[in-house]
Amino acid sequence: MQIRFILLQNRQGKTRLAKYYVPFEESEKHRVEYEVHRLVVNRDPKFTNFVEFRTHKVIYRRYAGLFFSMCVDITDNELAYLECIHLFVEILDHFFSNVCELDLVFNFHKVYLILDEFILAGELQETSKKAIIERLGELEKLE
Amino acid sequence: MALSGMRGLSVFISDVRNCPNKEQERLRVDKELGHIRTRFMNERGLTPYEKKKYVWKMLYIYMLGYDVDFGHNEAVSLISAPKYPEKQVGYIVTACLLNENHDFLRMVINAVRNDIIGRNETFQCLALTMVANIGGRDFSESLSMDVQKLLISSSCRPLVRKKAALCLLRLYRKNPDVVNIDGWSDRMAQLLDERDLGVLTSVMSMLVALVSNNVDAYWNCLPKCVKILERLARNHDIPQEYTYYGIPSPWLQVKTMRALQYFPTIEDPNTRRSLFEVLQRILMGTDVVKNVNKNNASHAVLFEALALVMHLDAEKEMMSQCVALLGKFIAVREPNIRYLGLENMTRMLLVTDVQDIIKRHQAQIIISLKDPDISIRRRALDLLYGMCDVTNAKDIVEELLQYLSAADFAMREELALKAAILAEKFAPDLSWYVDVILQLIDKAGDFVSDDIWYRVVQFVSNNEDLQPYAAEKARDYIDKPAVHETMVKVSAYILGEYSHLLARRPGFSPKEIFSILHEKLPTVKTDTIAILLTTYAKILMHTQPPDPELQDHIWAIFNKYESFIDVEIQQRAAEYFALSKRGARSMDVFDEMPKFPERQFALLNKAEDKEIDTAEQSAIKLRTQQQTSNSLVVTDQRPANGSHPPSQLSLVRMPSQNMDPSLGDQETTQANGILTKVDPQPAQSGDVLGDLLGTLAIEGPPGASMQPEQNSGLEATASPIGDLALAPLDGQPNSVQPIGNIAERFNALCLKDSGVLYEDPHIQIGIKAEWRAHHGRFVLFLGNKNTSPLVSVRALILPPSHLRMELSLVPETIPPRAQVQCPLEVVNLRPSRDLAVLDFSYKFGIMVNVKLRLPAVLNKFLRPISMTAEEFFPQWRTLAEPPLRLQEVVRGVKPLSIPEMAHLLNGIHLGVNLDIDQNKNNLVASSTFFSESTRAMLCLIRVETDPSDRTQLRLTVSSGDPTLTFELKEFIKEHLIIFPTAPSAPSHAHAPPVVQPQPPVVGAGSTDPGALLAGLL
Repeated sequence: MQIRFILLQNRQGKTRLAKYYVPFEESEKHRVEYEVHRLVVNRDPKFTNFVEFRTHKVIYRRYAGLFFSMCVDITDNELAYLECIHLFVEILDHFFSNVCELDLVFNFHKVYLILDEFILAGELQETSKKAIIERLGELEKLE
Repeated sequence: MALSGMRGLSVFISDVRNCPNKEQERLRVDKELGHIRTRFMNERGLTPYEKKKYVWKMLYIYMLGYDVDFGHNEAVSLISAPKYPEKQVGYIVTACLLNENHDFLRMVINAVRNDIIGRNETFQCLALTMVANIGGRDFSESLSMDVQKLLISSSCRPLVRKKAALCLLRLYRKNPDVVNIDGWSDRMAQLLDERDLGVLTSVMSMLVALVSNNVDAYWNCLPKCVKILERLARNHDIPQEYTYYGIPSPWLQVKTMRALQYFPTIEDPNTRRSLFEVLQRILMGTDVVKNVNKNNASHAVLFEALALVMHLDAEKEMMSQCVALLGKFIAVREPNIRYLGLENMTRMLLVTDVQDIIKRHQAQIIISLKDPDISIRRRALDLLYGMCDVTNAKDIVEELLQYLSAADFAMREELALKAAILAEKFAPDLSWYVDVILQLIDKAGDFVSDDIWYRVVQFVSNNEDLQPYAAEKARDYIDKPAVHETMVKVSAYILGEYSHLLARRPGFSPKEIFSILHEKLPTVKTDTIAILLTTYAKILMHTQPPDPELQDHIWAIFNKYESFIDVEIQQRAAEYFALSKRGARSMDVFDEMPKFPERQFALLNKAEDKEIDTAEQSAIKLRTQQQTSNSLVVTDQRPANGSHPPSQLSLVRMPSQNMDPSLGDQETTQANGILTKVDPQPAQSGDVLGDLLGTLAIEGPPGASMQPEQNSGLEATASPIGDLALAPLDGQPNSVQPIGNIAERFNALCLKDSGVLYEDPHIQIGIKAEWRAHHGRFVLFLGNKNTSPLVSVRALILPPSHLRMELSLVPETIPPRAQVQCPLEVVNLRPSRDLAVLDFSYKFGIMVNVKLRLPAVLNKFLRPISMTAEEFFPQWRTLAEPPLRLQEVVRGVKPLSIPEMAHLLNGIHLGVNLDIDQNKNNLVASSTFFSESTRAMLCLIRVETDPSDRTQLRLTVSSGDPTLTFELKEFIKEHLIIFPTAPSAPSHAHAPPVVQPQPPVVGAGSTDPGALLAGLL
């Protein structure tokens, strides 16, 4: 009942965000990122958004050239996490007003900040878009 | 597009993006790293802004996949910066770069703590966020109290409290002691009254973790969860911002229903009714809509509701509603919904009474087996496997076989194994079974282990009717081009034994059979050559009248192989040559193999003779049982000491081997590594050649005999840790010592459903169980603690006769630091206290093997019920006579006060009813026991204590089944006498041999292995 990691990768496999909620060795992280990319990149859009990864499951969704992937337990509620990804994208879209990959590249540090307001310790922290956007506004002022 | 707001950072990112190739990118990155390193070396003159910028650059480089092996100190030190912009960078980057095992974190514990207890809310949030994302024991020990305070503080904003909740959850996962169970359940109940849905979402995550670990402490939260779910499902008083595409927080709904699934049952009729109303509303009110997000969100809720309904064992009507829904889902085109339909239908199989309805969907499920998406195919395969029984095995297995040729590599192994298991389990007739296995070998020979073809040979040898058929089939297959080597083995064996039965048919003359087989000889490995030589010898002897041409040909081959490089082959060739020269005089030697005996008692006797550790003992006894069982599905059993397994392998090899170990020839030939066979026919027993010959077809590890098995037993007894269910391997003392006391771990798991079963320096085996009536499901978590893989991993379940257990595939290798989960399904057939054993081994330098008792104990199939005096006494009176009621005075009881005793009984799922017995020294408890034979059966228990002597009591047990009454009575006694939660002797890990406290047993020695065995037989 916990997200193990979240990855944001483009079609070429470049990592745009990687957040691990369980301890991984460095070399292992690289391998995970490589394997998850290979797993999702060639899947037909008509396929399910779920794919078994080692002993867990990756829930992924593609937006333009970006893949958002979450690794969860096999018993977890797949659709809930699938919509969790979408809510995160909506928040990014709102924050960057019409988000594109370059926003995420140049503002990767902000993406981490946004993610921390949304998901914490591998659990959903806040599901109100309004609450998160207001909070991000508060933090912007402090910079 | 917004730039980063830090010019240097933006420029660097642009530079990297503009690199034309990977090489250039590396150069640019190296240059930057060099620059940052130099700037960090001399911190003077480094402004906070610059430091912050460099740390961000480091994170960016790290994200690109480059090693960043310096600068951690700088990142961490920013945490102590006085201003928000730097502090924020410090916290975020530290959480990304470091994990809980980094020593750097200790340096900042104080700074982090100061931020958490300080007045600055923003700093509090930063600190909580980092601790929540990293976790770890150090933080857990030093910060959990402060985090707890923030969570329950009334002066903190929801913003801080929701972070505190998840932070505490993370610390709890590392160390469950961070919440003091007694006071904490009331706190949790209060927290569930929270109005802010953000805080409530976080609190609910926490509750899920708490109840999954210890549901008993949180019963008070159950009605609150139902209330929350009602409020959400009715969209009552939910702020607009918490609805997602019109659905009140689907995530909170899902989480709440997940928490509810950890409560074994819902007693209160009102709560139960409200919950079912809500669930009914969700089941009926979820429509398919156009908007994909809305659709997903509503179905996320729907699928969780389905899981909860299954868990609650709802009335049949609601169940069939669920199956109908799932039937609809598995037929839709939308892949996600179809996937989930299949997945949940597989879970539904656990529910009794719906299997027949599920079977109606078989054709639809088979369509999904051929879906282009592997995710869907896997789910379909699992479901077909789960729903297979005697009625549909033929269809399902044939579908699997058909699909095998088309299946991609990733699925073949699983398909082959599942088909083999199903064929063996449910074969309607033996010729079909032979067909299936031969097809399997033909299509996926690489995935068919030796045991499976040994098994075919065994069946064929024991069934005369089958022999001509098998020979015919074998000839068909071997005649094909490019035959798998396993096919050569099995065909050669069968044709050698039985082709003469068909000798008059065209194509079956000895000459033809020989030439078909001989074509394969140049391409096969040594062990197959050995089988072929035996077959040739048999063919030759069966050719009557002799065919001089064939004889010369075969003798030439024997001659040639007398100088073959392998000594085994040499010896066979030489002996067969000599024997066949003797002509008809040695005919008997080459007779058909006798039937395989159905049972081998030697092992069992040994188990009775010696007092061996419980698990080892059960292991031996169960293996012996398994030999005769028709539903044996074992891939390469391996006993503790590396001797040849007493599985079917030994049966195949030599029925009389262990009868006369004094036979000199046998010893010498074994020293040569050659299998021997004592022909059971008395006429041959004096014939030296007879000892050496016979059927050498089926190979096992050389030099094996029954003897080492006994040694293993002795060593296990002598070993100080014998009682800890650990048996040495290879006759060597096991150099891998378990961490913690295995027996204590087992005892603890008898009372709870998740925890660690076994741990040593290399592996940790955790276990998590769910019980639903007489069904159960374990998940074994096999965690590799090393940075290199564990190989040759094998897990074998040895179930006692009253449990049907099925372990899903266990991978042979566990990658470094990885954890694999292996579900294990359990069905309780009848009441019994016998234990299941996990025979587990792996290789890490040396082979390590342990036998662990599995906590599938009797009380897992008990569900406490509360009764009033009016309900209790009529039942009590009807069950008044033995054997339905048994009474015993138990002495040597661990002295317990009445509340402690009540706690103990409740702990083993016997629901104590405090108001029934007027005498305050007595306790009355009631529970429902579930098994396939008894169905749900009421059990009533009365304990009468003696206030003047707490070490004795009178125990009365009643139920509608004599066996259940007896087993339950003995089971309760075991718990009264050795109270497992009592902290016992100091750690055994390095202590000199400690004499394990012998459980003082009252009544017929229930720990006497002989008695245990007798009970089992």
